[in-house]
Amino acid sequence: MTILDVRPSTTRLLYGLAGAGADLTTHLAAHGPLPVPSQLSPRWQEAVLYEVESSGLTGRGGAGFPAYRKMRAARRSGPGAVLLVNAMEGEPASGKDDYLLSFAPHLVLDGAELVAMAVGAARVVICVPAERRAQIAGLQRALGQRLSLPYERPNCEVKALPGHYVGGEESALIAAVAGKASVPQFRPDKSVGLRLGRQPALVHNAETLAHVALIWRHGAHWFRQVGAPEAPGTSLVTISGAVRHPGILEVATGLPLHDIIAAARPVPDVQAVLVGGYGGTWVSARNLSAPFGPQGLKAVGAAMGAGVLFVLPSASCGLSETERIARYLAGESAGQCGPCLFGLPAIADDLALVARGQPQPKDLERLRARCGLVAGRGACGHPDGVARLVKSALAVFDADVAYHMQHGPCPGSRLPATARVPSRASRKVKAA
Amino acid sequence: MRLQLDPSSCDGFGFCMGLLGELVAGDEWGFPIIKEANVPAELESYARQAVKACPRKALQLVPERACAGGRPT
Repeated sequence: MTILDVRPSTTRLLYGLAGAGADLTTHLAAHGPLPVPSQLSPRWQEAVLYEVESSGLTGRGGAGFPAYRKMRAARRSGPGAVLLVNAMEGEPASGKDDYLLSFAPHLVLDGAELVAMAVGAARVVICVPAERRAQIAGLQRALGQRLSLPYERPNCEVKALPGHYVGGEESALIAAVAGKASVPQFRPDKSVGLRLGRQPALVHNAETLAHVALIWRHGAHWFRQVGAPEAPGTSLVTISGAVRHPGILEVATGLPLHDIIAAARPVPDVQAVLVGGYGGTWVSARNLSAPFGPQGLKAVGAAMGAGVLFVLPSASCGLSETERIARYLAGESAGQCGPCLFGLPAIADDLALVARGQPQPKDLERLRARCGLVAGRGACGHPDGVARLVKSALAVFDADVAYHMQHGPCPGSRLPATARVPSRASRKVKAA
Repeated sequence: MRLQLDPSSCDGFGFCMGLLGELVAGDEWGFPIIKEANVPAELESYARQAVKACPRKALQLVPERACAGGRPT
């Protein structure tokens, strides 16, 4: 992945980057020191939380939940909390957390330490996929450099965990850190706080924490100067697919999708863009004036998710591409919940028939029914993501559906796939 | 009282569908679908039997929530 240094970039997180393995000196030269008193006081902690709340910062990991609420809950739950930095980035089309931790590790670590100090957490665990070896080494180097910082830092450790699709789901992450199988846990009441053993646990995405580091330096007002009012500031996006320059871009939220994609030099005939992630939503080319923000995207049925923008050219068959993605996602089921374990492969099979055969109306009916059948019936949102992806494909590629019904597979379905899915065999992580 | 199903524990034995068909249906893979989570008073004893019958303890009867819970804390 490369960084796209072109308009409409608003450089905040990615300001002053001097290449991989940025050291503490470069970081401090770019952003200045993190204002932390030598003695923490409840008043100072409250000030940090207040600043994050006023900034309107929303989580950048996918759910877009207001960041301060999790922090407040963790602070209320008393001392001894543990902060998990979520850099699992199980989404194959996303590369932003990887990029951020490789090129600006100190910004993420600033934010993590600051949040830990503000909520009274004594321990920070930075969770990264085990296969990102260089990143783990880089983080350990960065943590070593931070010993010279003039304030008392919380304990930070790097944890290499199994990097599969649902591994970054909050409760799966906590289970993995606790040494259990990295699978989502059933949480009937989501308002009950997460726990790691007996300790209250707080999970934040790596990019979210990097924003906190800048909000505390420059203030909530500065943060809100750019971006959509309901999710202000900048956001990292990962652009891939039919573009000449795939890569990471930092943009102010609220920019129209086509302006963002233009930075990656897309093919002239874009058919649709998959927004959010592989468990996201297809947005047709004629809706690309939609602003990249919660409200703007909601109008076209999409959400920011993890900031993934995957561009599909008009020659490709959207149904075939979706089938490949759905098949991959089906294989990434943790295998715990029946509707996910059996429903997702059934959906992928149905979609294969639509994409590569000559489907009958009853085939489409069954596919739609199955999408409705799996949603909301897993311990996590994985089946919901697949249902959302497939339903949006049937709506956005409705002309292809009609063509396939009448003539069989379209010429595009015989083209090599644009969407990349990890080739490794799907992992079965359910404890026996 | 309200029915609560833990889908990660459920292995689709199907006792709940048999004992409490009024509230629980089965999908095409044999896994339960809670048609109606709120248990009417007249079905409560059946609901208790269904909960007791579940070999995986995936089905529970829980008190009605005081307020609709928001998103995670």
